[in-house]
Amino acid sequence: MSDTAEKVKKIVVEHLGVEEAKVTPEASFIDDLGADSLDTVELVMAFEEAFGVEIPDDAAEKITTVKDAIDYIEKQKGE
Amino acid sequence: MFQNGFSPRRVVVTGMGIACPLGLGVEHVWKRMLAGESGIGSIQSFDTSALPAKIAGQVPAGTKADGGLDISEWIPIKDQKKMDRFIQLALVAAEEAVADSGWAPQDEEGRCRTGVMIGSGIGGLETIDEASRLAVQGKTKRISPFFIPSALINLASGQVSIKYGFKGPNHSVVTACATGVHALGDAARLIALGDADVMVAGGAEAAVCELGVAGFCAARALSTGFNDTPQQASRPWDEGRDGFVMGEGAGVVVLEALEHAKARGAKIYAEVIGYGMSGDAYHITAPAEGHEGAFRAMTAALRSAGVTPEQVQYVNAHGTSTPLGDDLELEAVERLWGDAGKDLAMSSTKSAIGHLLGAAGAVEGIFSVLAIRDKVAPPTLNLEKPSRESIIDRVALQAQPRKIEVALSNSFGFGGTNASIVFRAAP
Repeated sequence: MSDTAEKVKKIVVEHLGVEEAKVTPEASFIDDLGADSLDTVELVMAFEEAFGVEIPDDAAEKITTVKDAIDYIEKQKGE
Repeated sequence: MFQNGFSPRRVVVTGMGIACPLGLGVEHVWKRMLAGESGIGSIQSFDTSALPAKIAGQVPAGTKADGGLDISEWIPIKDQKKMDRFIQLALVAAEEAVADSGWAPQDEEGRCRTGVMIGSGIGGLETIDEASRLAVQGKTKRISPFFIPSALINLASGQVSIKYGFKGPNHSVVTACATGVHALGDAARLIALGDADVMVAGGAEAAVCELGVAGFCAARALSTGFNDTPQQASRPWDEGRDGFVMGEGAGVVVLEALEHAKARGAKIYAEVIGYGMSGDAYHITAPAEGHEGAFRAMTAALRSAGVTPEQVQYVNAHGTSTPLGDDLELEAVERLWGDAGKDLAMSSTKSAIGHLLGAAGAVEGIFSVLAIRDKVAPPTLNLEKPSRESIIDRVALQAQPRKIEVALSNSFGFGGTNASIVFRAAP
């Protein structure tokens, strides 16, 4: 697992208060990890802060799974 | 209204919960209060070096087991950031009160007949402060999506209703330092008038933050002469008093229609028999001459209770330890009670926990109920030399055993809002 993936996973665990094992790449924030729409807004803000990237609203709306987040961030950072 | 011939119902207290500077848990707090302990101390949670007041009553850190607060024992980490501390304290007190009442509606009808009315004087001040700091730095994009629901006063009621599924009236009171009494009184009326069978009611406050202390300092409302001896700072009616001491916490009660409580065999602490309100129409922070607004609120409460002053054995005073307010309230009580004042005990429990602002009336309502239950008047700490004599016993320094059947509790707020509530021993 890449550094980005590890960090994303850690942020999700902290912010949504879920077990690490549940945070699989395919896991949906809302359907699988118990987040609501406000939680996902906050989660995206946490990603922005942690990785120093900007995630515009239209892109944020498409980030629904753990993998979506990792892919977007890695693309932004050119990894 | 009430063209249907509905007649008001009797309302009783069946559950109580407290988080305050003397700790968590009604029995723990009450025991410490009767022992004459104080919950006032130096403020450690932020830097007070630029502020003239450096003391407050804060909910002590600790564990459930020792009567202290570790919020992670009560609220999941994920949810903590969605609520300001005042809401967290409301949830802590509500959990105790609801469990104490034994009320856990199993059907939709029961849930829909159970409401919540928890108020606050100020609400999420620290949350607002933090968000505004981000805005000032141009970081509005960093403002949390939970900022508004964390700061809004009615979210204490909202969060409690969500946690328990209580779908009845969901309401909130904001009347500064009269909030707690208004919440209890208004909730009791909702039950009396048939809007609900059960109400979880109370007040919560957590304004002991830099902005809160600075604001009350600017209004010249706080004690500043006892920073080195914090436990002596709150001294209602004493000649050395120099302002109130801020406190934080929450008081929550479960109020219930008498017949509803009886039908389920609930333990009944006391009955809410009277409630009265008034406005001063005088000044934004100072009480009117002779505290005539307080006089009218107490008069209205006794009238609605159907009792005369001589039938009341205990008054839990607003008694904040301010130079002006204490003696004016005393004057109003003396005028109302007349000669019967010689048999009255009146104390200010703010001497032990400070002024909990919007939570004060709820916490003090609980102390009044306990005074009836245990037949004891809690003490007014630090009342060493009253600024003036009175025939009314102000329970100086030590708790007093008293034959208390009926108790009245006062709360008055900025803006000239006054409220009094009357409790009687369980029917």
